[in-house]
Amino acid sequence: MPVAIKCENLVKRYAGKTPVDAVRRLDLAVETGECFGLLGPNGAGKTTTIEIIEGLLEPTSGEVEVLAMKWGRQDDAIRQRIGISLQETKLAEKLSVLETLTLFRSFYSRGLEPDEAMRRVSLEEKAAAWVGKLSGGQKQRLAVACALVGDPDLLFLDEPTTGLDPQARRQLWDIIREFGRQGRTVLLTTHYMDEAERLCDRVAIVDHGKVIALGSPRELIASLGGEHIIDFSIANAAGLRELQASDLSDLPGTQSVRCEDGQISLAVAEPHVTLPALLVRLKDLRRELASLTTRHASLEDVFVTLTGRHLRDGGSHES
Amino acid sequence: MSTRQYSPLGQLVLARLREFFRQPEVVFWVYGFPILLVVALGMAFRNKPVEHIAVSVQNGQYTQPVAEALSANARFQVQRCDADACRLRLRTGRTDLVVIAEAGPHYQYSYDPTRAESVMARSAVDDALQRAAGRKDIASTNDKELAEPGARYIDFLVPGLLGMGLMGGGLWGVGFVIVDMRIRKLLKRFIATPMKKYQFLAGIMFSRFLFMIPEIVILLLFAWLVFGVRVQGSIFAVMFFVFLGAFTFAGIGLLVASRANTVETVSGLMNLVMLPMWIASGIFFSSDRFPAGVQPLIKILPLTPLINALRAVILEGTSLVQLWPQIVVLSIWGVVTFALALRWFRWM
Repeated sequence: MPVAIKCENLVKRYAGKTPVDAVRRLDLAVETGECFGLLGPNGAGKTTTIEIIEGLLEPTSGEVEVLAMKWGRQDDAIRQRIGISLQETKLAEKLSVLETLTLFRSFYSRGLEPDEAMRRVSLEEKAAAWVGKLSGGQKQRLAVACALVGDPDLLFLDEPTTGLDPQARRQLWDIIREFGRQGRTVLLTTHYMDEAERLCDRVAIVDHGKVIALGSPRELIASLGGEHIIDFSIANAAGLRELQASDLSDLPGTQSVRCEDGQISLAVAEPHVTLPALLVRLKDLRRELASLTTRHASLEDVFVTLTGRHLRDGGSHES
Repeated sequence: MSTRQYSPLGQLVLARLREFFRQPEVVFWVYGFPILLVVALGMAFRNKPVEHIAVSVQNGQYTQPVAEALSANARFQVQRCDADACRLRLRTGRTDLVVIAEAGPHYQYSYDPTRAESVMARSAVDDALQRAAGRKDIASTNDKELAEPGARYIDFLVPGLLGMGLMGGGLWGVGFVIVDMRIRKLLKRFIATPMKKYQFLAGIMFSRFLFMIPEIVILLLFAWLVFGVRVQGSIFAVMFFVFLGAFTFAGIGLLVASRANTVETVSGLMNLVMLPMWIASGIFFSSDRFPAGVQPLIKILPLTPLINALRAVILEGTSLVQLWPQIVVLSIWGVVTFALALRWFRWM
């Protein structure tokens, strides 16, 4: 498969009194036809990375290749074949949906008819509506339509569903999947695990400007060793010390133990093996359960295991 | 998929026109406000047949003959009042002059010498009282009142307002609009497409020229139909300066907008640029009234040559060739600001 995007040793340093390294020697290869996600917390360098690849920012150093072309030499040829949705663009409020799409279509030498772009994002009924009158989800769909109107081979979406309600998010996912079904490439950034898990063929987890894990969501979760998580907490036990990871790590089938804020999480391969043993262990230690749940492991668990931090305060599990 | 071609320049201009005409408040400020100014100022400064002079005569032994002498002339509005009331009326501007009559006859005039009406009142009242006292004028005089079109305040004002509109239009219609698009990240979104940068700037310029034409035509037509203001020179010369002015101020607008990325910055910069010209470039009164020392400075502000040239063409019928110094100053402003703006311009 030819490579759609290749980054090598990408570095972006923002000059200032205290220079900030937003991207530090980042490598990336996105293959044609895949939906690739950059997943990471806010400030991880996702937007800087995607904007360098989009040719909107100059890297401090490093190599970027887009569709086997380079910025600075074949800019127009690249721009004709990529579609971009920025993190926040306020399109002209007083133009209608159709007018906005026609304007964007005029910049490309070939592409979709504006009507067709509207159909792809299900905004036909809003053709004559002013952008200012659209809902958040409709505005975001229009932004994606503006990226699709040049009929791109490669689509960039920076945080496409941030701030949208669940239904609007699902609509956008459908649009992105439909685009991927035509064998085209998508690079998106997100800090929503569920989005990355459901949408992306492969994910690069980015933290502090570096890729710290790469693979399909399934592979990344499997790398935890256990695809299930047992979360539990202990009722207030006066006079007894807090449980340590070492108290539990020898339980059968347990791959890792994480304790934080009174919540203990075990990554396990088979819950039905580990659970009975856990209950016996707690009884031996004279602890009482306050809560206990089991669930499938998520990319969030991968991130927490790798960094000891959560992707986003408060979590963002939709389901 | 289609390879149908849409003109990017056409679409960009169309988008600007649509945005503009879909904002009624903006349309009012651009097209309605200058008309309101013409009406208001045209009425305020219309040539009044008789200017009334408010005179207070302080009550006393000799008041009666003075009040009678003045009341004989309808021009004077005479009040009699006590000393305190007189002083209060003078201080609050309700009377122009206080007359205190004493034996002799001797008249004491009390007034504020910095008020033009008061100075005029003093001379008119003194004239009337001297004649009443028996003064004979030696030379004979007659008055010819100047009220022909071309020499009234409204004639002076209209070219000034044209220039003001061109300045405001360039700064708001180019500068503010671009900064607004930068803030909304629309500029960044545009250059993420294959759009050519010169197409975008040409679109802004072209739409600015389109907005300007009705602005100029409406103002000139209104002034002609309502106040009889006529263009003495050639319409071609007027349009030449209108376009040159629009180009120059679009350049200045672009320069103001080249880096600003907040509304506050661009508003501050625009006021900084416009305020000196509002005051000094002769929109409402001749810039010759400023001291000689600052004249060279005033003359090189871009609005001054624009308004002077428009006045020369509209009021005196001066030809383009004679106005070459104004053309040179305006062109330099336009070219230099454009060049700097394109150099410094930030798309995001």
